[in-house]
Amino acid sequence: MKGKPLVSIVSAGLSKFGKIEGLYARELFAEAAKEAYERCPNLNPKKDIQALFVGHMGESYEHQGHTGATAADWAGLLHIPAIRTEGACASSGAALRAGIYAVLSGLCDVVMVGGVEKMTHRTTPEVTEFLAMASDYPFEQWHGITFPGLFALMATAHMHKYGTTEKQMAMVAVKNHYHGSLNPKAHMQKEVTLETALSSRVIAWPLKLYDCSLITDGASCLILTKPELAKKYTDTPVHIVGSGQASDTIGMYEREEFTSLKAAKLAAKKAYEMANVKPEDIDVAEVHDCFTIAEIIAYEDLGFCKPGEGGHLAEKGETKLGGRIPINTSGGLKAKGHPVGATGTAQAYEIYLQLTEQAEKRQVKDAEIGLTHNVGGSGATAAVHIYRRE
Amino acid sequence: MGEQIPFTIEQFYKHMLQGKFIGGKCKKCGKIHLPPRPLCDKCFLNEFEWVELPKNGKLLTYTIIHVAPPQFQGMAPYAVGIVQLENGVKIPGMIKGIALEQIKIGMPLTIDFGTCAATQPWPQWPRYSFKPA
Repeated sequence: MKGKPLVSIVSAGLSKFGKIEGLYARELFAEAAKEAYERCPNLNPKKDIQALFVGHMGESYEHQGHTGATAADWAGLLHIPAIRTEGACASSGAALRAGIYAVLSGLCDVVMVGGVEKMTHRTTPEVTEFLAMASDYPFEQWHGITFPGLFALMATAHMHKYGTTEKQMAMVAVKNHYHGSLNPKAHMQKEVTLETALSSRVIAWPLKLYDCSLITDGASCLILTKPELAKKYTDTPVHIVGSGQASDTIGMYEREEFTSLKAAKLAAKKAYEMANVKPEDIDVAEVHDCFTIAEIIAYEDLGFCKPGEGGHLAEKGETKLGGRIPINTSGGLKAKGHPVGATGTAQAYEIYLQLTEQAEKRQVKDAEIGLTHNVGGSGATAAVHIYRRE
Repeated sequence: MGEQIPFTIEQFYKHMLQGKFIGGKCKKCGKIHLPPRPLCDKCFLNEFEWVELPKNGKLLTYTIIHVAPPQFQGMAPYAVGIVQLENGVKIPGMIKGIALEQIKIGMPLTIDFGTCAATQPWPQWPRYSFKPA
């Protein structure tokens, strides 16, 4: 028996990801909630859902804070307790973790967890500035280090230490764009060539445009319940069997090494132990590819390969659909898009589809065990979850 | 320097404006904090002494920023990196005074203190940088 279920996912919803003109965060969240309700006719949302945890990174985008109550209202869930969780790009990975706390504590039988971000109505310099708030202000932002810049510092270190190449990083983008072309909800549904990716303009050397994830609008949600209640709502629940979350220094410069994320490794270790599974047991994973180098480091931090071999894994196609371990079948943050607050539970949504055989053209055959890896900032927050189908 | 001066980020930059490059050393475990902190994260003690930091170090990693926030865009492309000082303490910053293509991991660098107008709104922090040693 691999891992006792902590909680069970009985439904999930995802808004269309992309440049969604005219819809604000709360309206996007309503779209995700509607899908989750429709997928689960046995659920009576007003009667059954007892709390909402919603990830949202920035109030700057819409001049709007207080996202917990706002999302609850637009999802038709007043007057349940509702709070926002914030952990930069891991805000909804943290919401998922908070929902697990609520259900496991016994205080709630059914909760909604989710996340949302509305970004594309602002200019790129504005978004760059808002995203940078997830990094250290006095020593990183103040000295002109951008968010792509932080991951570029990791990329340079990784190239120097292990010989990782710009081509290997570009291969991650090519793969994720291919996966995105199979996902009707992805922001970018077109393939790119290696040449296009490699010749795109430099953002923060060695990272180029195609090494960076997208500025996207979107929302996602899951309905969680106690494992013993799951069958009341669906015949095909997906169980969460491992959950790990960890923190690290806000300033990347203070860390021992720049070629891996300690918080992600610690979160993964906890999740694997709890789930009683090993990296080789994972059939499908969604990892936090905010930049291509982040996906390569994720392979290593999650134990899918040894440190330094992540680039080769990408180059050999082992993480592509049909490969040894398909990663980011949704298209990832690179092609599906990265509405930062929505990303953590959007990753869980993809794993939910995979483990319930609903991923259509991008279905991984016989997928039984899945994993999500959600990172905030340059790695000061990380959440890893492991899932098993019924 | 008296004990009454708080061990804070604000104080680190105030010192730098006075031409001093200093961190806070925990009196119990000896860890040197940059920036100085009011609570040692290793031993929870709040007793520190100021220690001068070495001005020289070596470059651990770097990047060339091409797309910058509005206030830095005029300088782009520019280099930033993480420098390990001779006592092991790490600090990020811009790298100036060298052609971008000549920057190499491991190269020796030295800190240049910046300036800051007293009239500038918060934060009144200088922008130090690194140059070849």
